[in-house]
Amino acid sequence: MSRPFVLPDLGEGLVEAEIVRVLVKEGETIAEDAPLLEVETDKAQVEIPSPMAGRIEKVHVAPHQTVRVGEVLVTFADGAAPATADRAPSTARSARPQTSPPPSPPSRPVSSERQGPVPATPSTRRLARELGVDLRSVRGSGPGGRVLDEDVRAAAARPAGHDGAAAAPAAPREGPARPLARVGLEPPPLPSFEQWGPVERQPLSHLRRTIAERMALSAALIPHVTHFDRADITELDALIRRNLEPARERGVTLTLTSFLLKATALALREHPVFNASLDADAGELIVKRYHHLGVAVAMERGLIVPVIRDVDRKPLMELARELAALAQRVRDGKATLDDLRGGTFTITNLGALGGTGAIPIINYPEVGILGVARAREEAVVRDGQIVLRLMLPLSLTFDHRVADGADGARFASDIVRRLERPDQLLLEL
Amino acid sequence: MVMGDLGRDVDVVVIGGGPGGYSAAFRCAELGLETAIVDAQARLGGACLYEGCIPSKALLHVAGLIGEAERAREIGVDFGEPRVSLDPLRKWKSERVIGKLARGLASVAKAKGVEVIGGRAAFESSRQIRVEGDTAQTLRFAHAVIATGSRPAPLPGIAVEGDRVMDSTAALALPDVPERLLVVGGGYIGLELGQVYAALGSRIVLIEMLDGLLPGVDRDLVQPLARRCQKLFAEIRLSTRLGGLRATAGGVEASYGDATATFDRVLVAVGRRAATDDLGLDRTRAQVDARGVIVVDERGRTGDPHVYAVGDVTGEPMLAHRAMRQGKVVAETIAGRPAAFDNVAIPAVVFTDPEVAWCGLTESEAERAGRAVKVARFSWAASGRAATLGRADGLTKLIADAESGRVVGAGIVGPGAGELIAEATLAVEAALTVEDVAATIHAHPTLSESLMEAAETLLT
Repeated sequence: MSRPFVLPDLGEGLVEAEIVRVLVKEGETIAEDAPLLEVETDKAQVEIPSPMAGRIEKVHVAPHQTVRVGEVLVTFADGAAPATADRAPSTARSARPQTSPPPSPPSRPVSSERQGPVPATPSTRRLARELGVDLRSVRGSGPGGRVLDEDVRAAAARPAGHDGAAAAPAAPREGPARPLARVGLEPPPLPSFEQWGPVERQPLSHLRRTIAERMALSAALIPHVTHFDRADITELDALIRRNLEPARERGVTLTLTSFLLKATALALREHPVFNASLDADAGELIVKRYHHLGVAVAMERGLIVPVIRDVDRKPLMELARELAALAQRVRDGKATLDDLRGGTFTITNLGALGGTGAIPIINYPEVGILGVARAREEAVVRDGQIVLRLMLPLSLTFDHRVADGADGARFASDIVRRLERPDQLLLEL
Repeated sequence: MVMGDLGRDVDVVVIGGGPGGYSAAFRCAELGLETAIVDAQARLGGACLYEGCIPSKALLHVAGLIGEAERAREIGVDFGEPRVSLDPLRKWKSERVIGKLARGLASVAKAKGVEVIGGRAAFESSRQIRVEGDTAQTLRFAHAVIATGSRPAPLPGIAVEGDRVMDSTAALALPDVPERLLVVGGGYIGLELGQVYAALGSRIVLIEMLDGLLPGVDRDLVQPLARRCQKLFAEIRLSTRLGGLRATAGGVEASYGDATATFDRVLVAVGRRAATDDLGLDRTRAQVDARGVIVVDERGRTGDPHVYAVGDVTGEPMLAHRAMRQGKVVAETIAGRPAAFDNVAIPAVVFTDPEVAWCGLTESEAERAGRAVKVARFSWAASGRAATLGRADGLTKLIADAESGRVVGAGIVGPGAGELIAEATLAVEAALTVEDVAATIHAHPTLSESLMEAAETLLT
């Protein structure tokens, strides 16, 4: 059996390296620990020794090529056995993985700031991951340069692009930010309707007034554009049906909405401009590093949009449970202000009410809203055959100031793709 | 979520019931995922419980008792010569120690709703395994966690018929107390088991290929252990390779260095190897390196989005506590939480007499890396507690970053070092400074004061 040798973990969070030189040829027989190749990483040039004695069957890489950790570098021919068996067992206790190449010793002591792990407690490191902050970019204010929770939070609060976090690649800034021109609209006076017949004046409820003001604001301010797509949810529907009963035994009502939430939140991670707000006065896009999704809930009194926090990071069962509890609180009129604030994107599912599609208005100051209509069985063509599939119409309405049609199309198809792979949705990040 | 009748579906299948496997499975279950463990022996605990950490510590406890009784004579308490009965000892080890812990794990699995399936698992694809056990079955999964651990490494090219040549698993079963025992390998396994058999009465010859015991560990930490072993063992030969073994009528004839001698048994303790054969990994996208080690990232993900790996199969250091932490990280990753195995310090403990323990950066590693560090050594000769225990041979060592004063490593040798290293590990993991350690009140008189004392010498 031939044995592949992959680029080992280089430590220090390095994930790739560039091949500088290949020091062996195919067919050559080499000894254990003999130099195989030279690679260059962000940090240093290192020589990778052979993990075993044997004949090189194939070299898979060439100079100047960039390889990622885990990619195959060379394959050893069969018969070659790793020559580690008679090694002293206690190397097993060394904290350095055996697969690491030996570190090239620097000529003089280097400043501790550049070496080793970033000083921070495990809980602080976890916070940094949650907030998408690269700890290496944070200056620690604690004793001995320890990075504290406050340092991480401060870094997360800085505008995107300032802390080097990877969650949202910021566009290069061109000059200082300036306010956008204001769009002023004064409604013209209403005509006197009484001249055509009797009328009745009904005062608006508080909720109706709020909805009216916000919708008018959004529709007037935001240039809306809508992209339509459809998801084949035959599998998803089957999965939900199969699991309705087991989930109910665990006290959870599985609904399509929880899957929509999860799929959308995961897609938002890949398309952060849709998880943002435009600060027209500052001329900046505020990209949010959290994914709190609003779900439009229709009530007799009017529309309410409660918010579920950190949708991307919660297991589906937890989302379903939370969604049911939240909807109940809203219906009971027990929703707190916190239940209704902090959303970054909204989903409105009109499926229960029929119709073939709708273009909702964006929930200002968010960038987008996903409208969902009723799923219907349709005859579609798959592999040249006409088959019945359950199709879910989706409409993605978004702020054309922030994103263009192509961005919306890609985001929508990302959501569709995730809905069409429900198993992954159930479990994956 | 059990459905269908041809094969079954689970959220997560964990292959291997050792510490890495059951930690992953228990955490997955806590996070609401339907989880099953497939274990070749249909049991939880793995090599750690049945043929590693636990039985070796049980036997070392016995060796420690014998050693203490011997020391007691020097301070005026004589118990006479110890008489060891192997049957009750084996029974205690397997029933009261292993059996009790095994029942505990089984009941935790039951309480958490984790099913344990007996059988050997092999991947059929990235979403399905075949289990060959009492009943063959197919399991479909959303995520698989490989936790099949490691096995003792054999000596290449040296094979002897019969059971006189033992690996660590065979030696822990305590078949008898051989009169003459050759231990091949001066790492932690060879030293721990060598001390067990020495205490039980075997005449031990230990050979090590490299030029010191416990290669890789700072020499000042090894020295007190080496002195003790010189007293306990008949002979220690460093820089010596085993030439060959030959079965004879009266035992095994071994040639090593320029010597040839006959032994009743030979213990081969030359490390452990990842157990990844026969898993059908080529039917997934997971990558295995030339040593059979599965390549994973800091979240335990392999090259296959549905397959994760934890523990010894992911390489060095092959330690149960590393596997357990990895298991929890993988479970949280599967559940969508932002976990990562970003631990700075993995403590290592050799449970010999005296114990040796260390974590973080060692002094020699710092030297090799050209890292500017300050090192404090506190000899237990100055410790009140060590004096009352009659054990002034210990040493506590702290390694701090020269510039910031942060604790970056520690090493301890002496009785209880394995417990004492916990505080140092916390200090390294949480990036505490020597001042943090020095200003924390340590109970008097305890051995833990030695860490505080060492830290104090580094205050500026």
